[in-house]
Amino acid sequence: MSDIILGISAFYHDSAAAVISDGEIIAAAHEERFTRKKHDSGFPHNAAKYVLEEAGVSPERIKLVSFYDKPYIKFERLLETYHAFAPKGLKSFSSAIPVWIKEKLFMKKMLAEELERLGVGHVPVQFPEHHLSHAASAFYPSPFAESAILTIDGVGEWATATIGYGEGKNIKILKELDFPHSLGLLYSAFTYYCGFKVNSGEYKLMGLAPYGHPNSQKVEEYKQKIVDQLVDIREDGSILLNMDYFNFATGLTMTNDPQWEKLFGIKRREMESQLTQDYMDMSLAIQQITEDIVIGMARTAKNLTGSEYLVLAGGVALNCVANGKLLRTGLFSDIWIQPAAGDAGGALGAALASWHISLGRERKVNTDPDNMQGSLLGPSYSDNDIERVIRKYQGKAEHFSDFDALTKKTAALLAEGNVVGWFQGRMEYGPRALGNRSILGDPRNAEMQKKLNLKIKYREGFRPFAPSVLEEDISEFFDLDRPSPYMLLVAQVNDSRLNPLPENYDSMPMMDRLYHLRSDVPSITHIDFSARIQSVRKETNPRYWQIINEFKKLTGYGVVVNTSFNVRGEPIVCTPDDAYRCFMRTEMDYLVIGDFFFAKSDQPAIDLKEKFDGD
Amino acid sequence: MDFLKDLWGFLNKRKKFWLLPIIIVLLLFGVLIVLTSGTAIAPFIYTIF
Repeated sequence: MSDIILGISAFYHDSAAAVISDGEIIAAAHEERFTRKKHDSGFPHNAAKYVLEEAGVSPERIKLVSFYDKPYIKFERLLETYHAFAPKGLKSFSSAIPVWIKEKLFMKKMLAEELERLGVGHVPVQFPEHHLSHAASAFYPSPFAESAILTIDGVGEWATATIGYGEGKNIKILKELDFPHSLGLLYSAFTYYCGFKVNSGEYKLMGLAPYGHPNSQKVEEYKQKIVDQLVDIREDGSILLNMDYFNFATGLTMTNDPQWEKLFGIKRREMESQLTQDYMDMSLAIQQITEDIVIGMARTAKNLTGSEYLVLAGGVALNCVANGKLLRTGLFSDIWIQPAAGDAGGALGAALASWHISLGRERKVNTDPDNMQGSLLGPSYSDNDIERVIRKYQGKAEHFSDFDALTKKTAALLAEGNVVGWFQGRMEYGPRALGNRSILGDPRNAEMQKKLNLKIKYREGFRPFAPSVLEEDISEFFDLDRPSPYMLLVAQVNDSRLNPLPENYDSMPMMDRLYHLRSDVPSITHIDFSARIQSVRKETNPRYWQIINEFKKLTGYGVVVNTSFNVRGEPIVCTPDDAYRCFMRTEMDYLVIGDFFFAKSDQPAIDLKEKFDGD
Repeated sequence: MDFLKDLWGFLNKRKKFWLLPIIIVLLLFGVLIVLTSGTAIAPFIYTIF
């Protein structure tokens, strides 16, 4: 009988559950997708129930449960931090401590109660360290037999970044950077100062950075101020933050605003207010510094381990621009990034850490491509489930028994400039939609970015879109010599595809630059001619590969625009019901769920009053 | 009891015994808050703060 381990991440943000059977990854899912509450932090009851169902095991079969961090050490960090900063931080102390005294200190009991609700009996619960969970999530599913490991995030217990070495079933942590000195929190501080939400707006800051004027005096000035005053960057890539400028250790905000205002000469941007060039330059400055720090840490990892390979996890590993630059340094022959690099991925990492480290079980390496199964580890739905949704909303759908005919029709509609919701098979694990819960468009269409941002996603007009490209066609479009299956590498669009630029391009206003026709695939070419690439392999996701291939047959372009199937502030859709409602709320033209085809013009009007908070 | 055992194990392993008085005081306050919420003992807590 196989040994089942349930991994859990919960109680901070991005709760998730994962199940492994004899070390093989069976299923993993974010709780937010089920509860429809973005970054849901509650116990992942729905996700855990689902992963166990997917594994086909009853809860009594679980051998052990692995939680993704050590709560007592987190509490220790909290107390020591308040002690070190006292008398500052009283307000934050009085809001944080009651939660610990009432709940989090009794995490084991809380977990036992939640597990009992799930039907799990008395099983051992293990608590691997937060960064060990990240390291395990990066190393064990990777295609490398041995590799250096780099984990970087906001903070776990004490660690904010670690360098380790993985070989076979073992992981050894070699170096650690501790709170409050954190690259993740430094990036979040700038996210906050530029008027975006901490914990979700970091991606926007990364997307905003290319609007900064490269090599301009302003950007250089910001960079100089950052390294002179905010952060001391050491030779080995470790950093020391000047805590006079930060408020996150003991306050309820990220930055010490008056100090920042004095230093940078601009006020903290109010959320949703006008984005001026200053904030774009600021975001470029911190992005470039982040890249330097990541590369510095990776260089130390190389020196310490001597490995040819590197694996990455932790929230900062979602900074795909930094990942792309790191790859291009040539420090490592290859790098692999856990697609669920944020805290949700800790659920899988914790389970794998328990299996290989605590139980000492051997590891089976899959070198081509890896053990993540395309990160398609969530629930799938049957024709019956889809038909139920059609009946519920009295919708009109055409069923295709021939998938070739369905993809031909859909590809033709895409080529005509329509936006199509594409829902197939198992849901993605990790923050990116990889072609099973995606909205697709034609990358050649100059209006597509505007249409998707403003009429479909209802999000900021400046935000870029990513391409999904047939794996075999990557180098035809991008300056990248290897697959990027999880949309975690950024590379330049090939020079041959770029259009000549006006001389004053860099100084043109933001929106003029944005709508300038930069290449023959303008809607996936970011303002600096980069693209956040997802390569699609036929064997990993045959249905997604087929729709892109049909599009290629029609247009000569084996690439489509891929954005997550949701609107701003909404978790990515999970069920056909979520997908249909999202389809009806937006100006999406067509929807494909499994073998069913929906045209917006055929659907009856329905009254949907769902509201999602901004992200 | 499990909680106390785990707490002691944690302090012992991390050699952080100096945290013990802080934790005891916090826990006492915690107990007080739980016991006094909405009861006649409530005013007592105000005098402490």
